[in-house]
Amino acid sequence: MSAAVNPPVVFTQDELGWVSWIDPLPEAELTERHYAGLVDRARAKSDYFRLLVRDPEVLEARTKTDKDIFYNVADGLPRAERELSAAATSRYNGCIYCASVHARFASTYSKRRKDVQRLLDEGVGADLGERWNAIVKASVALAATPIAFGPDNIAELRRAGLDDAEIVDVINGASFFNWANRLMLSFGEPSK
Amino acid sequence: MATTDIIDTLAGIKPSSALDVIRAHRLQARENAQASYLSLFEPIDASDFSLVERAAVAAFVTGLHGESPVAAFYREKLAANAEAAALVEAIEVEIERGKTSGPYGAYPAGPLSIENKAGLIFRVGAERKATLGPRLVAALEHAHLLVFRPRDAASADMKALLDAGWSTTGIVTLSQLIAFLSFQLRVVSGLRTLAAVNA
Repeated sequence: MSAAVNPPVVFTQDELGWVSWIDPLPEAELTERHYAGLVDRARAKSDYFRLLVRDPEVLEARTKTDKDIFYNVADGLPRAERELSAAATSRYNGCIYCASVHARFASTYSKRRKDVQRLLDEGVGADLGERWNAIVKASVALAATPIAFGPDNIAELRRAGLDDAEIVDVINGASFFNWANRLMLSFGEPSK
Repeated sequence: MATTDIIDTLAGIKPSSALDVIRAHRLQARENAQASYLSLFEPIDASDFSLVERAAVAAFVTGLHGESPVAAFYREKLAANAEAAALVEAIEVEIERGKTSGPYGAYPAGPLSIENKAGLIFRVGAERKATLGPRLVAALEHAHLLVFRPRDAASADMKALLDAGWSTTGIVTLSQLIAFLSFQLRVVSGLRTLAAVNA
């Protein structure tokens, strides 16, 4: 298996593959309980989700948490900036695969592909303008262990124009990627 | 909902408060963060990862982040487990031995190598190994890896867990538990910070 892996050595917005280090459930063994855990039946084609579906109840709850935090755009922070919080968290934690997916989404929704690429190339210290800087800095402070998020982050987000509901979207998006990064980084590796 | 929302409880969010109203706008996320907690700590099947093991790993992970209402909650959860009497002190000692600052670790060799950052490679102390047993020793070492240096994770770390007696399904749930707590700690910290600024 590992012979075919060609791991990327830089952060990129290119589409990457991902290779599991442990055995996903074979598609033929999936039951309705597993399909409920997958939420989207199409995810049965993904090794990553067929691995996570070994605990279907946790996967189902995780997936529904994820979807609401990122896709529920009836109000709150624009999708682009939720994706920015995910990309910044992934850049800081070092998840090349997660960063590739969410940097692409951030570029698509913001139309600021070059700025997103600077986040990947230069790291979380890249100067992306007041509003994005505040979101990146808050995401990084949340990702640190011990957690470094404090009143200064809230003040900076407010100066950049975010209201409390939008700040909660930043908190949710960045926090969620501390969940996602740890799964993606520890079960397998990206491949070009 | 049948049970009190754990994030609201740990963040001190009162019904009808401003943050309660904001959280209600992400109802599916709120309910499923709760469902995640319940499926990890009150699972329908604990045969691959026992309840006392879950409580021990949770106390360790949250303790590594420093003192907080979340750490206190999981410390009490472990202490309340009838099978955990011998574990409580061992976990406390290992938390103190494991505390450091993250994230750190190495990137695949190449341009990112200049960002490599060295740090503690945690191993459980020899004096606690008999008390904790090989499964928990391996789980705590893996939890420390995921908390502080997730980018160091390698296929050998999966093998270490399998060799210590973890099933593949058990590894998935163990990893979900560690990763979920990484999320829960941060949501609670963020919401508490926001509530305090507004108080």
